Amino acid sequence: MMVLTRVPIDLAPLVEEVAAARRGGIATFIGLVRNHHEGREVVSLDYSAYEPMAEAVCAEIVAEAEERWPVKVAVRHRLGALAIGDAAVAIAAAGDHREEAFAACRYAIEELKRRVPIWKRERYADGTEGWVEGQGVGSREEERGVPQ
Amino acid sequence: MTGPKAQHAPIRVLLFARYAELLGTNVLEVHLSPGATVGDVLDRVREFPGGDAIGGSTLVALNHRQVGRGAPVGSGDEVAILPPLAGG
Repeated sequence: MMVLTRVPIDLAPLVEEVAAARRGGIATFIGLVRNHHEGREVVSLDYSAYEPMAEAVCAEIVAEAEERWPVKVAVRHRLGALAIGDAAVAIAAAGDHREEAFAACRYAIEELKRRVPIWKRERYADGTEGWVEGQGVGSREEERGVPQ
Repeated sequence: MTGPKAQHAPIRVLLFARYAELLGTNVLEVHLSPGATVGDVLDRVREFPGGDAIGGSTLVALNHRQVGRGAPVGSGDEVAILPPLAGG
């Protein structure tokens, strides 16, 4: 299943994808577009990606989680123009018990934020725009862009 | 496998987000001598107008995998220069 999508994310298909008779716990995470960033009012944003690499790295992260815990994991990330409150990312992790489901879900979102080549451009209420430069591996203070 | 001509074939360099904006394009071609590395590609890209804004600690991928500056590159390779990531 492809991770990147340009249509709104629905959690139900992810839950269905990981559910199985033996799995008694499903942990889910949904990351939403929030209306503020570092004190500025955000009105909308755009996600873009290095798509083939983003798909490959997400597949790697899912495989790592499934190797580390007895779980099945599904991930979606939205691209394109998003409004406040839209789901940007969703993860479902199913395990026989809650402990591994929570752990794998947490692992997947943290690694996604750290390693997957996706970028976010925010539009602010004052009409300006800026790239958000996050916590990806190798990011350093001197490289952070100041919103234009 | 690589003849003298193939050795000088261009390396495709992809730029994203802020870097694409700064250089005014999302793809460049660079020509390098045999034995060149990812670090050489970065040095060449920094010579393009706007390229000097690419930070020293920037992430680089070679054929979809993150690599260090010493990774060798050749014709047909795809190098991607990645600004700090912001997914999720």
